[in-house]
Amino acid sequence: MSAARRRVSPGLLGAALGVALVLVLGISLTVGAASLSLGEVWAAVLGRLGGASVDPLVEGIVWDLRMPRILTAALVGAGLGVAGVVMQAVTRNPLADPYLLGLSSGASFGAVAVLLAGLAFLLPVAAFAGALIAAVAALGLATAMGGLTPARTVLAGVAVSAFAAALTSFVVFWFVTGDSYREVLSWLLGSVAGARWPEVLIATGAFLIAGVPLLLTGRTLDAFAFGDTSAAALGIDVPRTRWLVLGLAALLTGGLVSVSGSIGFVGLVLPHAVRLLVGPGHRALLPLSALAGGVFLVLADTLARTVFEPRELPVGVITALVGAPVFAALLLRSRRLA
Amino acid sequence: MSRGGPRVGPGAGGLEVAGLTVRVAGRTLVDDASFTAPAGAVTALVGPNGAGKSTLLRALVGAHTRAGGEIRAGGVELTALSRRERARIVAFVEQDAHTDLALSVRETVALGRIPHESRWRSADARSVTVVEGALEGLGLAHLADRHIGTLSGGERQRAFVAQALAQEPALLLLDEPTNHLDVAAQLHLLEMLARLARSGLTVVTALHDLSHAAAYSAHTVALSGGRVLAEGASDAVLTPAFVERLYGVRAARTRNPITGRAGLAFAPRATPPA
Repeated sequence: MSAARRRVSPGLLGAALGVALVLVLGISLTVGAASLSLGEVWAAVLGRLGGASVDPLVEGIVWDLRMPRILTAALVGAGLGVAGVVMQAVTRNPLADPYLLGLSSGASFGAVAVLLAGLAFLLPVAAFAGALIAAVAALGLATAMGGLTPARTVLAGVAVSAFAAALTSFVVFWFVTGDSYREVLSWLLGSVAGARWPEVLIATGAFLIAGVPLLLTGRTLDAFAFGDTSAAALGIDVPRTRWLVLGLAALLTGGLVSVSGSIGFVGLVLPHAVRLLVGPGHRALLPLSALAGGVFLVLADTLARTVFEPRELPVGVITALVGAPVFAALLLRSRRLA
Repeated sequence: MSRGGPRVGPGAGGLEVAGLTVRVAGRTLVDDASFTAPAGAVTALVGPNGAGKSTLLRALVGAHTRAGGEIRAGGVELTALSRRERARIVAFVEQDAHTDLALSVRETVALGRIPHESRWRSADARSVTVVEGALEGLGLAHLADRHIGTLSGGERQRAFVAQALAQEPALLLLDEPTNHLDVAAQLHLLEMLARLARSGLTVVTALHDLSHAAAYSAHTVALSGGRVLAEGASDAVLTPAFVERLYGVRAARTRNPITGRAGLAFAPRATPPA
């Protein structure tokens, strides 16, 4: 049998991802429907920051359309990366992810319901409540089926997802008329196209309140490697930790879904890629998955709004096109599913 | 154990359990169990399947909530401690532990440092020394960078014992550690437990093989239906008459012709001729 596979140093990967993030943020700011040169974009960025004034139209495109959209994509990607890692750890399920376990669908239903009821200011709260109820339902169902094995958890997630999606379809069918169809649809598929500064604020808030505490759980998550009994023997309060972490993951997912809709597979694909490179230790895995998620989603969104110009795809379509085959590959690799 | 390696933790001086009761979903799995395990010795926990051995061990380590009772290690009441403090006194080697993660042997052993580590800093020098000492002490140094999933059963079990020793406990609990091991690995593991006990550790292990219990443990606790039926010096407890009653088999004393150690031989209970 071979030795453990060669790994990349976490510091090195962190530095590479940091550079990559700065690069994709910068590049993404310069591409789009309005063709602006790198010089024009930077002039506009500096203009708002007190430099020489520039064409207000250019400044508006850069500052009020592209910048908040890109920042939202980065925050949503980072948050979903973190949520995926912690869910995989405390359910000991390599296939756990906010999307596959139904949290995103639950959050979507909560959000669509208050949106259509004209209570848009409740959006983040309703999305959080939806995510939390879905998490409890999926994990409760899997536990009642006999334990949190990967197959049971994913099947329970499918059931919860399907139910939340049916509820969403029902309210959409009943209440949505004409133009708002398109808006709700792009939202259900997952998109950051409509993100402005208030969305950046909500995503930042969700990341600070729920994402940052989760980033600090690394060694506690490591203790779950060999299961609940082993974690308890290492001094972890297993039920309390599990529900606390899942609660924060639901809060994070709810906050993110309320600005971007349900974007799938980011929490599944990026943590796996990072794990392959640096190994399963959570102290490195958590921040690196956040960085990788941010880079990935900014890139995916840049593709979404440029590849089929002048048409725009919701970014969730791109992440699913990439993520679903990776999910299938993970299924093939999981020998111990039952 | 090598210099600078794991030490025997605080609370050295044997285990005293009084009136321990565990209920799960309305069923009493351990019923008012009281027994002792002497310091620096191997104590065998024996009894038929479903006697409550695993549940009892899991309750001792704090993985099951107790319905009542006291657990003292070296005079320290474990139930009054925080989980983290308890994990610095008691370590547990589970039956058939498994992970899907690509952990190396060294990373697996280093998990044992979690109750000692600050949550915010990476592993300190002491942890590194203890982990390397545990790897060396159990003959795992040459396997340290291997993926835990690629080890043989015996090597893997040794890695879990090394992880438990990295906790620097006073009390080491094991749940049927010889399960699924070939005969060489079984004997190697039992010899190792005896060696650890001689170095001052209190070892309590569930064992299916009564010959192993007779040969390697100084003290035996017999469990049936969640109750302690007998405890005492192993050769006093593991008499053919008692074993016949406990398991419903025929039993006789033997002596291992190679080692001269005490053992037991078994046969099914005689069925009346048809």
